[in-house]
Amino acid sequence: MNYHWNWGIFFEPNPMGTGSYLDLLLSGLELTIKTGLLAWVIALITGSIVGVLRTLPSKAASWFGFAYVEFFRNMPLLVQLFLWFFVLPELLPRNAGLWLKQLPNAPFWTAAVGIGFFMSARVAVQLQAGIGSLPRGQKQAATALGLTTVQTYRYVLLPMAFRIILPPLTSEFINTLKNTSVAITIGLLELTGQARSMEEFSFQVFEAFTAATVLYLLINLVIVIVMRLLEQAVAIPGYISGK
Amino acid sequence: MIGNFDFDVIWRSLPYLFRDGMTFTLLLTALSAAGGLVFGTLIALMRLSGYRVLGLIAGLYVDFMRTLPLVLVIFWFYFLVPYIAQWLTGAASPIRVGAFHSSLITFIMFEAAYFSEIMRAGIQSISRGQPAAAQALGLTYGQTMRYVVLPQAFRNMLPVLLTQTIVLFQDTSLVYVVSITDFLGAASKVAQRDGRLVEMYLFAALVYFVISSVASFCVRLLQARIAVVR
Amino acid sequence: MNRNILFGLALAAAVGASQASAEELTGTLKNIKDTGTITLGYRDSSIPFSYLDDNQKPVGFAMDICYKIVDAVKKDLKLDKLQVKLNPVTSATRIPLMANGTIDLECGSTTNNAEREKQVWFTNTHFLTASRYVFKKSSNLKSIDDLKGKTVVSTAGTTNIKQLTEANVARKLNATIVPAKDHAEAFLMVETDRAVAFVMDDILLASLVAGSKDPSDYVISKDAFSTPEPYGIMLRKDDVPFKKVVDAATAALYTSGEGQKLYDKWFMSKIPPKGLNLNTPISPELKAEFAKPSDSPDPASYKP
Repeated sequence: MNYHWNWGIFFEPNPMGTGSYLDLLLSGLELTIKTGLLAWVIALITGSIVGVLRTLPSKAASWFGFAYVEFFRNMPLLVQLFLWFFVLPELLPRNAGLWLKQLPNAPFWTAAVGIGFFMSARVAVQLQAGIGSLPRGQKQAATALGLTTVQTYRYVLLPMAFRIILPPLTSEFINTLKNTSVAITIGLLELTGQARSMEEFSFQVFEAFTAATVLYLLINLVIVIVMRLLEQAVAIPGYISGK
Repeated sequence: MIGNFDFDVIWRSLPYLFRDGMTFTLLLTALSAAGGLVFGTLIALMRLSGYRVLGLIAGLYVDFMRTLPLVLVIFWFYFLVPYIAQWLTGAASPIRVGAFHSSLITFIMFEAAYFSEIMRAGIQSISRGQPAAAQALGLTYGQTMRYVVLPQAFRNMLPVLLTQTIVLFQDTSLVYVVSITDFLGAASKVAQRDGRLVEMYLFAALVYFVISSVASFCVRLLQARIAVVR
Repeated sequence: MNRNILFGLALAAAVGASQASAEELTGTLKNIKDTGTITLGYRDSSIPFSYLDDNQKPVGFAMDICYKIVDAVKKDLKLDKLQVKLNPVTSATRIPLMANGTIDLECGSTTNNAEREKQVWFTNTHFLTASRYVFKKSSNLKSIDDLKGKTVVSTAGTTNIKQLTEANVARKLNATIVPAKDHAEAFLMVETDRAVAFVMDDILLASLVAGSKDPSDYVISKDAFSTPEPYGIMLRKDDVPFKKVVDAATAALYTSGEGQKLYDKWFMSKIPPKGLNLNTPISPELKAEFAKPSDSPDPASYKP
């Protein structure tokens, strides 16, 4: 194998002038986490709203919920990012479009919004399943006690539903972080993107990608541990999700 | 902007988009699904085999592939498959692997991890009476799997497997990152060459949407049809 | 009589032995002979060196040179048929794909420099060009320092993006540097006002501007990021026999006057797909290099 190994490459200065190659990768990691978190917040908020809509008795609400999920589920994430990044600014009035295009960190905001909406469809489906798995008696008892729909959801249904879907939500969060790598196509220099930059400047393909792989494994490990602690912290003893 | 929407560029590039781009995408999807299913079933069987070492290897493989972003996996295989092939076959220099074969290997290996989890759930959902009865009839492990367990598991999980295939169909668009020309890549090329980003990307989005929606709808019909009454 | 027979046998043996050693092929030549194919790497939009015409076929100055090299390889290996496979590459993938054996020759607009020669080798230079930037007339940029705080784009994996990054640090420009996948995408960013300037080799910029919807909208800078650097066709490192064949082919091409004819075909006449004429006469440095072909990575060695 005529490949020139150099594991010391991580400590050599990178051409961006921002330190070593390791610093380059770590800045990518930071961007991955930031983008992932913002996207996840967007996904949770919008996904929860749509998930609740899908379980409401109103036909209009459930139709909207259905259309929303189908729209975001049937297009590849990459295509959705392209639509947000390339197509949206052209469809808006010229000034708004220009402002969007020249926004500093445009790839970051676009990626967070694009990935957020993509994942919100999945959150919505999970939440619908979670609410659907609750015994019907819960809702009926709430109505009998005179609670409004809003109060029913807020105090009775949602607290239990979220606890139930905490494990699948964990894997959706990890998916969100993994999906940030797709944003290298719109110029976001997150972890995978920086590994690629490192490979382009230093020609050390193996070293760069191994480092990125190790870092992704680390993130995964940390999240799994944190979510497990969270599950234990909010568990209600004796109930389905309380183990 | 809406005013000068250029439908002509879409019309002119239809042959290129579908003959070159879509055939690549569909071929890659079909072959990767088939290969991933075979390989994934093997991994599922390894995990359920009861041999600790096999189970550990299979488990590590699945966890590893599911932790990494597909984009990173694509980069790994794109640059490294020739070196691996050289090491495996003891050749003098890295073996040339074309773009299609490199993507095929990537997706088979990646999807196998996901298919294996689905098949594992399917196999575990078969009641214990089935393999027990097979054993009582004198069938070997191989025969039990081939004639009794796997057909039932496959039938039970068919909707989930098909849904995963639709996800795979969408994921193939990521070969864009190594400049391989699939459907999205072809649309991109035309968009950049003619400066018609809006038209081409909207068209590509529409095509993916229609194909995925129709496929999901068919899977739902299938699911209703083959529901087995226990 | 015996002595003569002995002498004859010895001569035959010597000739036979030399024939046998000549058959010992290694590396790329061996691969080509065994598989009967040679794989060329081509570019999407490096006009006029290597780019896709209207039928999505790769054409260009570097492509023509490569096809001549293929003819020479065919003759050298005494093959009846040599199949040519074409593999698309980008600035970012060309070097890894050369190293891992996917392509045998890269026919494009790759700059030959000392750092790259640690990973790949180059044959005789086929062009000389300096790094400049293109911007819309309306942006009114007067020098590199005017890029302060702006968004500047360049193509990933090129010497240009490296020079831009270094200048950004050295001159404290604080510009946001965006990497694009290929030249067409980068130029599009300037066209759609996402970036204020695109840094690239001046000949490639000139071609992109000439082919754009409104060439008069754009200006190519006078100041450059570097002195004119050489383009070379890439081949695998440490492959001495293959380099010999390729060097001989390109040297013959340039010194015979055919090189000049190919140059005129792509730079002084109408080229596909839109029939543009770049009207760029051959520079004195390049003319001198054609007379005495060199594969030196040092820009200073190319004098008129």
